Formats: sequence, C-alpha cells, structure tokens
Amino acid sequence: MQPEAFFRRRRLQSLLFLLIITALTYGGILMTQFDVTQGLMAIPRAFSWAIANFIPDERAWSRLPRILEKLQETVLMAVASSSIASVFGLGLALLGANTTRPHPWFSLPARALASVFRNIDVSVWALILLFSFGQSGFTGFFALFFVTLGFITRVMVETIDEVSTDSVEALRATGAGYTAIISQSVIPACLPQLISWVLYMIETNIRSATLVGILTGTGIGFLFDLYFKNFSYGSASLVVLLTVAVVLIIETVSNYVRRVIL
Amino acid sequence: MEVTASASASRIKIRQRSHASAVLQITLLSLTLLTIYGLITIDSRNVDVFAALGDMINNFRIVFTEPRLEKLSWFDLLRELMITVSLGLLTTVIGAVFALFLALFAAQNLAPRRVNDAVKALMAFVRAVPTVLWVLFFAVAAGLGSVAAVVGMAFHSVGYLVKAYAETFEELDAGVLEALRASGANWWQTVFQAVLPSSASALLSWTFVRFEINFSVAIAMGATAGAGGIGYDMFMASAFYLDLRELGMFTYAVLLFAILLEWSATRLKVTVGARRSY
Repeated sequence: MQPEAFFRRRRLQSLLFLLIITALTYGGILMTQFDVTQGLMAIPRAFSWAIANFIPDERAWSRLPRILEKLQETVLMAVASSSIASVFGLGLALLGANTTRPHPWFSLPARALASVFRNIDVSVWALILLFSFGQSGFTGFFALFFVTLGFITRVMVETIDEVSTDSVEALRATGAGYTAIISQSVIPACLPQLISWVLYMIETNIRSATLVGILTGTGIGFLFDLYFKNFSYGSASLVVLLTVAVVLIIETVSNYVRRVIL
Repeated sequence: MEVTASASASRIKIRQRSHASAVLQITLLSLTLLTIYGLITIDSRNVDVFAALGDMINNFRIVFTEPRLEKLSWFDLLRELMITVSLGLLTTVIGAVFALFLALFAAQNLAPRRVNDAVKALMAFVRAVPTVLWVLFFAVAAGLGSVAAVVGMAFHSVGYLVKAYAETFEELDAGVLEALRASGANWWQTVFQAVLPSSASALLSWTFVRFEINFSVAIAMGATAGAGGIGYDMFMASAFYLDLRELGMFTYAVLLFAILLEWSATRLKVTVGARRSY
C-alpha cells in the first residue's frame, strides 16, 4: 500500500507539472503569435534553401581579407573587454567577499552594483551606450565590459570565500597586513579560477559581440548584416563558417588551459 | 631506496606544478598583449573617449533617476514584457523537448561511441553559431518575426541543453545502469526507470538556467531581429525616438525581471556556472 501511494503521488505530481508547462507554453504561443505549423515548415525550407544558396561563392572568397579583419576586430574586442572587466571584477569581489572586505559595509553595495551590471542584458547596455559612443567600437566594448564585470564579481565573491577563508585567518593571526594578505594569499589562490572564468567569458562575449555589432554597425556582426541584407548569401555563409571556426578553436584552447591549470 | 623513490615522486610533482604555472603565465601574458593590441586598434570613429565617458555618466543619471513612460502605457509595458518572457519560455520548452531526446544519444553511457561523437560534433557546431545568426538565417524562409525568432532561439537552446543534459546523464552511477541491464531491462526501460528519474532535478536546473538566458536573448532578438516584445520598444526608444527616459523605464522593467529570475534560481539552488551565453 505504502509504495503504491508513493508512486501514485509521484505520477500525479509529474502530471501536474507537465500540465502547467503545457498551459504556459500554450499561453506563450498565443502571446508571441507563433505559428507552429509555419515554424515546423520553416526548418526544412531553410535548410534546403541553404544547400542551394548558403555556400561560399567566388565573390565570398574575394572578400576573405575584409571578413578576417572584421572577425579579428570582434575577437579582440571580446578579449580586451573580458580581460579588463575581470581585473575590475576581482577588485569589486575583494570588496564584496566576506573574507576580504575592508569593512562589512562594503559588501552589500559591491554585490548590488554587480547585480545591476550583469542583470541588464548586453544588448540593453549597447542601446544605452549608443547615446554616448555612437556607432564606434567603444559602445560594444563597454557593453561587454559591464556585463562581464557583474558576472566576474559574482563568481569571484564565491571563489574567494571558498578558497581563502582559512589561509586569510592564518595570515591575520601572524600579523600580516591587508595588502600582503590579498597579494600573497588571496590572489594567487584564486588566479586559476579567475583565468578559467575569463576564458569562459571570452567565448560568450565573442557571440555577444556579434550581436552588439549588428546594433552598433561594428565588427563581424555588422558585416554579416550587411551581406545578408544585400542578398550576398554566399559571403554571409563564409562569415558564419569562419565565426564558427574561431569559436571552436577558442573553445578548444580554453578547455586545454583549464585542464592544465585547475 | 626509499629516499630516491620519494625524491623522484616529488620531482614529478614539481614538474607538473611548473607546467601548470607556465601555462598560467603564458595565458596571462597572451591575454594582456591581446588586450593592449585590441585597445590600440579599436574602431574609434573619431569618438573622444574621455568626453564620451563624461557624457555616459550623465546619460546613466538620466536613465536610472528620471525614467518615465512616453509612448507606451503601463499596460503596454507589461504586455510587451510578457511577450518577451513568453518568447523565452516557449523557446526553452521547445529546446528542452528536442534536447532531451538528442542528449540520450550524446551520453557515453547510453549510446555507442560513434553516435555520441556525431551528435556532440553537430551540437558543438549549432552552439558556435551566435543565436542572432540562427534567427536571421530562419528569417529567410519564414520572414522576420516570431516564427524565425522562436525557431532560431530554440535551435541554439537545443545545442546548449544537449551538452548540459548529456553531461548530467554521464554522471549517473554506472552500477545502476548495469544492474538494470543485467536484470533484462531494455534500453527504453533503462531510460524511463533509471536515467530520467534520477537526473530529473539536475535537468530542471539546467532548463531553468537556459530560461534565464533565453529571457535575455529574447530582449536582444527583439532589438536586432524583429522578434517583437520589449526589446523592440527599447530599440525604437534608443535608435528612433532618442528617448533616454523611456529607455530607462524599459531598462528597469527588464532589470527587475532578470533579478527576480536570478533570485529564483538561487532559491532553486541552480548552479551559477553557465549563465548568459548567446
């Protein structure tokens, strides 16, 4: 009797859960006016179109230098914004973490600031920053910078409290000063984790930079948009293939680095 | 004898450490050099950064301290936000259904190695294409709008969730699977009686993480790829009406919803690991 009742209740729970999800999904279909049959038909239609038209042609290869130049611009922007944001993020995390905060009052403002930075989407930052930096590379740079800063602060606050609570206590007992504790113990202990997160953010930010580029008219996103809207599908497909190649290469390199240093 | 043994053991260990720290230092150095080169070569289009930074702080003040609605009513704002949330939810559910099926073939303990490799390689490709490019790609067949947005976003969600789900399945206790197989359970029975029940909570966490991501992606797709919702209104406020105050109100709306999602994720003990990825 007992196990039967248990299984009946579990079945009922899963059924209820499925029902709620189905209802929400149906509501979502109504809200977004998503046509399900059209959606299903779009997939084979898009791929059969792609086989005929979405392959690099003669003209695409002649544009290769320009595409590579823009791709490099996007990758460098992702690397620069992620790296600089991590340095600032580490600083903010040192103020926010329970182990390393100079005064308990620093913790909440630091964490709240990081929360605002990461919870406003990168596209929203770009739309706000467009007012000051216009269609320049700085719009994308700062949009990626803010989101990365918020994210790195959050994960590093957790890492610092996890990794260095004991060693900080030990060093404090020996009479070591604040800067000595931070530079000799906390930062070396957290560095591998930090690098791992920076590499993760670089991977993410290359894709985000493509998106921001469409908004701000910079980098590889802009070039894709340009070719796509001018029906140069061959060139647009080359942009996609090269972007994929770069993302996969960077993923492989960072997986290797992560495996060795962690 | 013992001395040499421990000496050689410690020597191996030292070499491993120094290898790790060498890789760490090379990584730091390359990141620094690439960052400097990136900053030097940034496409500045004659923007004076320092003047623009002052302007930015003033704009932030307007956005965050003087938000108000101009063209939209409160009801419109709520409706547009709900469209964006629905888009995120719909694409997550569709992505999860397909991903659950594909992940069974991507997990090493559930399918032959060759099938694993094929599914994983395909998914790595799907993930590497930024979501916005998927949406624009499907827009050719379906036109710009919710159909292309849903299909494109669902595609990228599948790529992401298959990886997450498959890794969850691979963490399953091998003994449980072996016991079921030994007792004569077929593949489907193994999946439904052991694999899915014991990984259900992990699968749900990953799906929730993806919902958080898809909410942000839905904003971005509204702004760049005709998906509608609050992202589109933000794009119009920024690029056409140049209305920082209305943009500020929209920003508060998406910020509050994102914080609500993050708070729920913490309550549900979802891992921080893998947020925000286009």
